[in-house]
Amino acid sequence: MTQRSRAFIAGAYEHPQRTIPDKTVPQIHAEVAIGALADAGLTMADVDAYYSAGDAPGFGALSMIDYLGLDVSHVDDTETGGSSYLVHVRHAAEAIAAGHIDVALITLAGNPRSGGAGPGGSARFSSAPEASFENFFGMGVIGGYAMAAHRHMHEFGTTGADLAEIKVAASTHAQHNPNAFLQDVVTVEQVLESRMISDPLHLLDACVITDGGGALVVVSEAVANDLARHTIPVLGTGEAIKGINAGRIDLTHTAAVVSGPAAFAEAGVTPADIDYASIYDSFTITVLVTLEDLGFCEKGKGGEFVRDGALQAPHGRLPFNTDGGGLCNNHPANRGGMTKVIEAVRQLRGEAHPAVQVPDCKLALAHGTGGSMATRVGSSTLILGREI
Amino acid sequence: MSETQLPTGEPNITHDNRRYWQGTAEGRIDLPRCTACDLVIWYPRSICPDCQSMELEWETMSGLGTVYSYTVTRAGVGRKWREHLPLVVAYVQLDEGPIVLTNLVDIDPSIIEIGMAVTAVFHDTGHPISDEDGAPTSAILRFTSVS
Repeated sequence: MTQRSRAFIAGAYEHPQRTIPDKTVPQIHAEVAIGALADAGLTMADVDAYYSAGDAPGFGALSMIDYLGLDVSHVDDTETGGSSYLVHVRHAAEAIAAGHIDVALITLAGNPRSGGAGPGGSARFSSAPEASFENFFGMGVIGGYAMAAHRHMHEFGTTGADLAEIKVAASTHAQHNPNAFLQDVVTVEQVLESRMISDPLHLLDACVITDGGGALVVVSEAVANDLARHTIPVLGTGEAIKGINAGRIDLTHTAAVVSGPAAFAEAGVTPADIDYASIYDSFTITVLVTLEDLGFCEKGKGGEFVRDGALQAPHGRLPFNTDGGGLCNNHPANRGGMTKVIEAVRQLRGEAHPAVQVPDCKLALAHGTGGSMATRVGSSTLILGREI
Repeated sequence: MSETQLPTGEPNITHDNRRYWQGTAEGRIDLPRCTACDLVIWYPRSICPDCQSMELEWETMSGLGTVYSYTVTRAGVGRKWREHLPLVVAYVQLDEGPIVLTNLVDIDPSIIEIGMAVTAVFHDTGHPISDEDGAPTSAILRFTSVS
């Protein structure tokens, strides 16, 4: 990135609530927008680019820009499911590099816990070309990930106990997060004894369902230099899509095998250099496969990698999701990408909870996995640094 | 029909996939094969996603396959499925190559294994495949054990 204008995350805000029955989705978008801009030391008037995904109601960004009263010259409604917000950071960094924008606002909000509708709307999904070939089999969200887990177990000997280690690490972190939806530490045995939902995934292999949201502010170097707040340089980014490939289903990889190496190459670092990782955790299997795909271990060795507290902060080999992640803390609007970036920013600023703050955290990775591992997945990877 | 009748639905029959639904209505799996690169394409569509040729020919599959992966679902599904739990959702690899999303029916879930041989069954949706008089009703592709 030597010749280009660099991008910095200047503001990051996670809505503190997990159940919000009394507010609208646009209202939550507004609250998180204000929160992230305040964190950066900026206002709505400074924003010249707006990013939203399928959780933004109505006409998406058009509706939200009008609702919030933004005056922007750049708009991006890229929708890759729960990973959208990492893709937005990448696109904002590109627009900053091109000199088109200085202050990008990215928002996420939703209220599925209180019965709010899912993003996209049923009409949009039922008219998809694949719909009639996938919708008549009762494959819930967890069903697809369960098949991925089953196939991984079949090919590589991964066990339910391996997957449970991931939940145990997340719960160990969540006990320190007063806003986390689930704050109790659980054991491998408790995960394995929890209700089987979709064989081999148990209730405790699944993320929480929460209302809430979050927002990010990405700025140019010129703006970053004027801010008092500690800003986080975006060092490398990647995005990739993997589909069903005309029926050549491969349930043991995600598009992280492309987005990860792209981000590492751009940043000029390797997995061994990463001090902290936010890994999308819709289910425990999502984390395991992603760790392999990103190169933290060989394909098939994820089970071995996560044993012995490897993911537990502050001293594990690869501390992950120190806010408790989607598995315990928050999965607002059924989308975990935003909170992945927010916790990575906290770690790099040294503002994670002291019990889980990685000492001298200089290099963090945030990864999103959108859509479904069983069908069409949108992967995005960010490598973030620390400059004081 | 003596076999399990899981819920179905009305397929969205379009220019892209009409021949497929005509096939399953008549107890066949017809899929497009690319005349340029020979790929058998799942799900049915009007373009080859490998070489982007739109010169496709329809071909009838054997109806045989093996289990690529599966899950016995006990919860976490929509309302219409709840009375049919536990439910076996699977990816089955057709002998011709493509892996299709489906259900395994009339098999004891405890004997299902990845790699197990299965054969197609066709579950009537009750929805005619067209507005024409006497049009057959569409059918959903599922699989069961090879007798």
